Amino acid sequence: MAPHAGSLNAVEIRRLTRRFGPTTILDAVDLDIAQGEFVALLGKSGSGKSTFLRALAGLDHDVEGTGSLAVPERLSVVFQDARLLPWRNVIQNVTLGLPGARQQAGRKALAEVGLAGRESAWPIQLSGGEQQRVALARSLVREPALLLADEPFGALDALTRIKMHGLLRELCARHRPAVLLVTHDVDEAITLADRILVLDRGRFIEDLTVDLPGRRRHGDARFDAIRSQLLSRLGVDTDEREAA
Amino acid sequence: MTYLSGNGRGETALLERERRAAPAAPKSLEAPAIPAIRRKRRLGPGPAIPFGLQIGPAVLVLAWVAGSGLGLIDPRILPAPWTIIATFGELIADGRLQSNFLTSSVRALLGLGFGIVIGLLLAVVSGLSRVGEALIDGPIQIKRAVPTLAMIPLLILWLGLGETMKVTIITLGVIVPIYMHTHNALRAIDERYVELAETLRMSQRDFLLQVVLPGAVPGFLLGLRFAVTLCWVSLVVVEQINATSGLGYMIELARTYGQTQIIIVGLVVYALLGLASDGIVRLLERRLLSWRRTLAH
Repeated sequence: MAPHAGSLNAVEIRRLTRRFGPTTILDAVDLDIAQGEFVALLGKSGSGKSTFLRALAGLDHDVEGTGSLAVPERLSVVFQDARLLPWRNVIQNVTLGLPGARQQAGRKALAEVGLAGRESAWPIQLSGGEQQRVALARSLVREPALLLADEPFGALDALTRIKMHGLLRELCARHRPAVLLVTHDVDEAITLADRILVLDRGRFIEDLTVDLPGRRRHGDARFDAIRSQLLSRLGVDTDEREAA
Repeated sequence: MTYLSGNGRGETALLERERRAAPAAPKSLEAPAIPAIRRKRRLGPGPAIPFGLQIGPAVLVLAWVAGSGLGLIDPRILPAPWTIIATFGELIADGRLQSNFLTSSVRALLGLGFGIVIGLLLAVVSGLSRVGEALIDGPIQIKRAVPTLAMIPLLILWLGLGETMKVTIITLGVIVPIYMHTHNALRAIDERYVELAETLRMSQRDFLLQVVLPGAVPGFLLGLRFAVTLCWVSLVVVEQINATSGLGYMIELARTYGQTQIIIVGLVVYALLGLASDGIVRLLERRLLSWRRTLAH
């Protein structure tokens, strides 16, 4: 199910619908993601963002649904938990299921995420941030045309998360996969993405291009304007916004 | 403190706070001079005693030595330790201990070996395919409900009194825990890893070899520990029924002649075998499950 030949889109979704029994989770959603485009998907819990990502990843086996979905063959998923096999060491986790000839690529990917020299460590010996970096290396070594990330930094502490943002941005700039990052963190979305979608009750209610050259940070008037707009779309009212 | 550089205000504040704190809390200033204070954990049983596990058995042996030496223990009930040691020597000298030990070990190892291979094969077939499960799981559950030792009369009629019968009984006993725990572990593979394997587009073969089978190793090893214990229990029983060789036979014969010391030698050998095999399984665990050990180990 690759996108049409000659298309510049990595992902083409038409009228995608997903239901759990009587509840419609995704309601005839359309979306194109261009090659190399970094898209962040925001939404309250229960808005359907995980269902959407799982549909793209092909992990929604028993879910009723209709619509057409074209995603690249080379697709990697980063989960919220690093999901490393505890009985395989770091390099084996990175190259899991790859032919033996790709071992060298695994080492390179590990070096790219700053874990050169930790090849033979067991996952249990790594910190949460390091484990998530191994998971990133495992995704990158497959040279994905589409990277799906389901709240990949949600379980990390605030300082580690900032470092991981930098690393992810750097890696995406180098490898240029299309990215769909599901998150509930508005700042994370603005910091990382080219484009931000807001999902609400199974429909996109916002599709916003983030055009902020240079470093993105709080206090910058345009950053704050986007943040404010997104928060109101997510149903956070002004008082709560000021408290945040 | 007259000259202060660039961001001096913070420094002054800091110094002043220190100065103020100094006379008020002299004890806290002394504290770093005794850095080796390690506060005891308030809850829990406290630190481990060196050689703690050996103390209990040593006390028992000492009581035995003292009781026998002072004539408090009737040697017909429990012979003195030195009598046991002497009997050990005699049994080794005339070769009886070695030959009986060898016979028993061969039986136990054959039964254990067959049991592990068969139990493992059945568990893998039943754990990895629905058809296999439909065919295998039911019969094993029924087998589990029938104690192996209760099947001895039937097996004697089928297989006679020879070695085949004895090894078969041990094998039948060993199959059950190996099967149960391995099958359980194969079925309990975390669904998150299955999802991972799907997104990594792993082949069926890689999925089995990298995810399912290694993930089931802890379960298998647990089954193995039960199996080893069961193997010795079965051995003792089959050797006391119609056997003409083996440690169990040696003990049975000694009972007939009232040779308590030989019975005790036999029990000591059983104990050593049990300890040794448990040690081997634990060694295996340490090798195979090194990924579980944390940095603290």
